[in-house]
Amino acid sequence: MKNEYDVVVIGAGPAGSITAKTAAEKGLSVLLIEKRQEIGDPVRCAEGVSKVWLRKHIEPDHRWICSDVKGSRIYTPDGTMIEMAEEIAGGEVGYVLERKIFDRALAYEASKVGAEVMVKTRATGLIIENGFIKGVKVSHLGESYDIKARIVVGADGVESKVGRWAGIDTSLKPVDIETCAQYLMSGTGIDQDYCYFYLGNEVAPAGYIWIFPKGNDMANVGIGILGNKSGNGKHAIDYLNDFVKDKYPDAKILEVDIGGVPVSGSIDRTIADGLMLVGDSARQSDPITGGGIINAMEAGKIAGEVAYNAISKGDVSTKALNEYEEKWRETIGREINNSLIVKDTFTKFTDRELNSLGHSLEGVNFSSMSLLDLLYALFKANKKLLWDLRVLFKTVVKYELDFEK
Amino acid sequence: MVTINVNKFKCGYCGACVSVCPVGALELVETWIEVNDLCTSCGICSKICPVGAIEVKK
Ligand SMILES: Cc1cc2nc3c(=O)[nH]c(=O)nc-3n(C[C@H](O)[C@H](O)[C@H](O)COP(=O)(O)OP(=O)(O)OC[C@H]3O[C@@H](n4cnc5c(N)ncnc54)[C@H](O)[C@@H]3O)c2cc1C
Ligand code: SF4
Ligand code: SF4
Repeated sequence: MKNEYDVVVIGAGPAGSITAKTAAEKGLSVLLIEKRQEIGDPVRCAEGVSKVWLRKHIEPDHRWICSDVKGSRIYTPDGTMIEMAEEIAGGEVGYVLERKIFDRALAYEASKVGAEVMVKTRATGLIIENGFIKGVKVSHLGESYDIKARIVVGADGVESKVGRWAGIDTSLKPVDIETCAQYLMSGTGIDQDYCYFYLGNEVAPAGYIWIFPKGNDMANVGIGILGNKSGNGKHAIDYLNDFVKDKYPDAKILEVDIGGVPVSGSIDRTIADGLMLVGDSARQSDPITGGGIINAMEAGKIAGEVAYNAISKGDVSTKALNEYEEKWRETIGREINNSLIVKDTFTKFTDRELNSLGHSLEGVNFSSMSLLDLLYALFKANKKLLWDLRVLFKTVVKYELDFEK
Repeated sequence: MVTINVNKFKCGYCGACVSVCPVGALELVETWIEVNDLCTSCGICSKICPVGAIEVKK
């Protein structure tokens, strides 16, 4: 570890590793710090990711791909099943990853192109001079160090403190977080070609249960519920236990994963003088699916490039870093905003409304439909939905949004 | 004064509680949660913890 770098990245998840890799590739000196002793562990993820978007960042590798999914099966509260082929299933399916290996592979990519990586190294504060962020205070094996940086990148995930230290309030309200619990199970007997989703306010209030195949006879069986529905004696894990006891009483639990996903939608500001926030720390996960891996990598790529541009120009103020703010809002930001509209509608659905939605889609052959056809089918059957989602509908037509992500 | 109690046997060090604390009183240090005296006992962290590991002391 030196005491000065062009860029210090805090957190070695997908956002941080891609930022570090992109900046180091451009020739900047980069330090990537991670407070855990093992990158990627413990897992806080259902590990589903879109193939097309993943390929933009890394060549798929069998060492961290557990399964290749053909489609999704969605169950409404009365048991109606809607099947969707992979191309239009909303994009969070495709591959199911082994995040422990995947996250480490991404950090390795960064190290290969010259970034320094330090684990068991936690950021404890920022070095701020006249309102300008000039570096990071870290704790490594109990010793404190000051590290100067021209640009600091906060990639510190859901529990991010970096934004708060820089005066950006990233705290989440209970309605802005999905609180999640998951078991890696063996012996569920599911068809490994599909991802499964169970909807309903009894099984998963304002959220859903997912089952993602992990190869052999293993699967991630998990649940996310909206934070405002949690508590009062029942937490995510209790709902999961009820579901598992009912559905898979004989399956075995091989691992427990828990976590929170920000579903707040875009926050007002993700930059400060000398600082950018990327990934979950910038609340860039998708408000409806809870997917955040791809958005984190997209944001990391943009941030790495902007860091290079800003440092080359000798200007790391918000004026120069605004390029990051603009670029992510034009791309992933647009879809985050649309998903927020869907979330606000979806989380208010009663079970009866979910069932009626299911009935209107039952038997429809989705593999041959475009997203617009899907919306038309839905809206024909549910006028109220058309009204609730009217804003989204307009933007879809206007931008022909890419929902395959 | 300690205002919340985290059951370290239940806690899975996921950091969700840290993200919802309005006053920034929580910190996930490697594998355990620390609380400082900014805590107002508002109870939000305890509400959203996925495994119900947090108890607010009145
Ligand atoms: C249960 C669950 C299921 C999910 N399922 C999916 C899914 O199927 N598909 C999908 O795309 N997304 C999913 N997500 C979301 C996805 O996991 C996140 O969006 C993604 O990991 C965000 O990447 P990141 O790099 O921003 O943050 P993270 O992956 O959280 O990485 C942040 C890193 O920063 C480190 N860190 C934090 N503070 C400090 C500090 N002070 N100093 C040093 N290091 C620090 C952390 O230890 C961590 O390693 C899920 C989330 C949960 C909780
Ligand atoms: S939310 Fe619960 S499980 Fe997660 S770190 Fe906080 S106390 Fe531990
Ligand atoms: S009780 Fe409220 S103030 Fe105290 S740690 Fe929890 S969320 Fe923060």
